[in-house]
Amino acid sequence: MLRGPREYWAWLAALTFVIIVGAASYIEQLENGLVVTGMSDQVSWGFYIANFAFLVGIAAAAVLLVIPAYIFHRDDIKDVVLVGEGMAVAAVTMAILFVIVDLGRPDRLWHMIPVIGSLNFPVSLLAWDVIVLSGYLLLNLAIPFYLLYNRYRGKEPNFRLYFPFVVIAMFWAISIHTVTAFLFSANPARPFWHTALLGPRFIASAFASGPALIIITLQLVQRFAAYKVSRSVIETLALIMTVAMQINLFFVGAELFTDFYNEGAHAASIHYLFLGLDGYDSLQPWIWFALALNAIAVVILMIHPLRRKTLTLNIACVLAFVGIWIEKGMGLVIPGFVPTPLGEIFEYAPTSVELSVSAAIWALGALIFTLLAKAVIAIEQGRLAERAT
Amino acid sequence: MTANSGSGNGGDKFDQARRNFLRGIGLGTAAAVARPAWGGQTFGDAFAEFFQKNYQRMSAEEIEAALERIERKAKRRYEVDINCENTPPQEGVVFGYAINISRCKGYRDCVHACVDENNLGRDSQVQYIRVLQMDNGDSNLEHSEHYYDPETVPVEGKYYLPVQCMQCDDPPCVKACPVDATWMEPDGIVVVDYDWCIGCRYCMTACPYWARHFNWTEPEIPADEMNPDTHYLGNRPRPRGVVEKCHFCIQRTRKGRQPACQEACPTGARIFGNLLDPDSEIRYVLANKQVFRLKEDLGTEPKFWYFSD
Repeated sequence: MLRGPREYWAWLAALTFVIIVGAASYIEQLENGLVVTGMSDQVSWGFYIANFAFLVGIAAAAVLLVIPAYIFHRDDIKDVVLVGEGMAVAAVTMAILFVIVDLGRPDRLWHMIPVIGSLNFPVSLLAWDVIVLSGYLLLNLAIPFYLLYNRYRGKEPNFRLYFPFVVIAMFWAISIHTVTAFLFSANPARPFWHTALLGPRFIASAFASGPALIIITLQLVQRFAAYKVSRSVIETLALIMTVAMQINLFFVGAELFTDFYNEGAHAASIHYLFLGLDGYDSLQPWIWFALALNAIAVVILMIHPLRRKTLTLNIACVLAFVGIWIEKGMGLVIPGFVPTPLGEIFEYAPTSVELSVSAAIWALGALIFTLLAKAVIAIEQGRLAERAT
Repeated sequence: MTANSGSGNGGDKFDQARRNFLRGIGLGTAAAVARPAWGGQTFGDAFAEFFQKNYQRMSAEEIEAALERIERKAKRRYEVDINCENTPPQEGVVFGYAINISRCKGYRDCVHACVDENNLGRDSQVQYIRVLQMDNGDSNLEHSEHYYDPETVPVEGKYYLPVQCMQCDDPPCVKACPVDATWMEPDGIVVVDYDWCIGCRYCMTACPYWARHFNWTEPEIPADEMNPDTHYLGNRPRPRGVVEKCHFCIQRTRKGRQPACQEACPTGARIFGNLLDPDSEIRYVLANKQVFRLKEDLGTEPKFWYFSD
C-alpha cells in the first residue's frame, strides 16, 4: 500500500491537499453553522444531498460485477470483482459523509444508534437509509476481506461460508438505491419526487453511471497497476451501460410527457427545471447540458463500432457520468424544493464552502479506493502473501 | 466577555487556559471569541447536555435537571433570567384552530406577536406564520404573494391566507424524523425536542405546509426582548442547527391561555380552542360554518381550518 512510483505519490499528495482544504471549509461550517451554505428554509437540501443521491447509485452498481462474477462464474470478471467492491466501499463512505456534513448537529449523530439513541425504525425512511448504507458498507468490507485474507494465507476460501453473504449483498445493493429513491418519493409534499417511477429511474441511472465509472477506473488500474483487465469485462459493462442508458432516457421522457401533456400544479417543479419559472431558471442550462451529454453518450454506445473502440467508449463514459451526476444530483434534489409547498420561488446555488467540502469528500473517496485497490491488487497478484514457514 | 460565574475564583484564568487549549486543537475558536467557551456553558452543563436523553425517555428528575440547565444557559448567553417549565398536557384537551379568512386583513400582527412570544431569532428572521396575499377568485398557492408590502392593507381585490403549522393529526414530519426528535403530544400539538434534533431537515422536506424552519445560524434575541416564560417543548431559546416550528404557544395554551397570534389579531379572525369540548367556539365554527383545510387531499388531517362569513 505504501510503495509506489512517483505518479502514485503525486496522486496521493494531490488528494490529500484537496482533503485538507475541504476540512478547513468544514471547520468553518461547524463554527458558523449551515448559514455558510447556500441552503435556506426554502431550499433546505442542496449540493451535499445531491451528491449523496448520486453516490448511492455508484455504490449499488458494484453489484453489476458481483452478479456475473459469483453467479455466472465469469472468470474474467471474477478477476476484477474485488476492485468493484473496493469502489462500492469508497462510494458508500462518500455517501455517508455527504449526509453527515449536511447535518446541523453532527455532534448528535449518536442519537441514530439504536438502544443508546432512538432510531425511528421502521417508520422513517432516513432510518432505513442509515441501516442499509451501513450494512452495505460492512458487507463490502467483510466479503473481500475474507477472500483476500484466505488468498494471503494461501488457502482456498470456503464457498459455503461466503456465498450466502454474496447473495445478500446482491439484493442489498438494489435495496440501498431503492431506499434512497423512496426517501424522496415518500413525500406527497414534493410532487416532483412523488412518483412511483423514481425508484426504477434511480436503478436505471445507477446502472449507467456506475459502469461508466468502473470502465474508466479499470483502465486506469490496468495502466498504473499493471493489472490485467480482460477486454471482455469492459465489453460486458459497456453493454449493460448501453441498455441502462436507454431505459433511463426512456424514463426521463415518460416523466416529461406525463407532467407536460396536461400541465397541472404538479408540473411546476419540472417546469422550473427545464424551462424556468417566473424568470427564475438557474438550473435550466444545466439540465439541458446534462440531457445533451446523455443523448450523445447513448448514441455512441448504440453504434457498435464506436462502443468497441476504446477512445469513443471512454468519451461516452465520461459524458454519461457527468450527465447523470447533474441529472440525478442537482437536477433531482433542487427542483423538489422549487417552488416551496406554499408556492414561493427561491433559488439555490452552492457556496464555495459547499464546493470545497464536497471536493474533499470526493478526494477522500478516491483516496480510499486507491489504497484499497493497491492492497487488493498486491494480494491478487501474489506479491503480498504470508511467507511460507 | 464576562467572567464565567460557574467556575469560581480562578474562573478567568481557567477560562483562558481552556480557550487556549481549544484553540490549540483547532476547535471552538469562534466560540471563544464571541462568547464563553463550550457554547456558553460550563463544562459540566455541556457534558450533561451532550448526554441528555430524548425528552420522551427522560425521568421527571432528568427533565427537571434539563430545565435548570436551560435556564442557566439562557442566563449566560443572553443575561436574562428565564423560567423554563414543563407544563403537561391537560386531560381531555386536543387543540384546534380555525381562521376566518373574510376577517383577515393581512395586517400581520399575528406574525409579529408570534416572533416576540416565541423568542424567534431576530437576525435569522424566522417566522412561524406566513400570511399569503391572494387574488380574489384564485386559491392557487403558487400565485400567492409572500412579501406583500403596500402602503396599506387590505389591498383592493386581494384576500389574505395565514399559514402556519397545521398540527396535522397524521403528521408526515413525525414519520420522517430518523431519531424521534419530533412527535405529537396527547393534546395534539406536534413538538420538537431541540436538544435531540440532529438537524437533518428531512421533516422540512416532508411538510406540505412549509411550517418547519431551521436555525441556519445562532438565533439572536435582544436581552430586553426575551420572553422569560418558556416551555421545554415551546419557546425556550433554541440552539443553532436544529429545526423548530409553531407549537400553538404550548407555554400559554397548556395554562388555559390563548396563543399569542390569536390575542394579537385585531379583527377576531382567529378561533382557537379545545376540539373535545362540545361547547367551545371552535366546535361551533366546525358545526356551523363551511370550512376547508389546506391540501386535504394529502391525508395529513390538519387540525387547522379556514372558513368565511
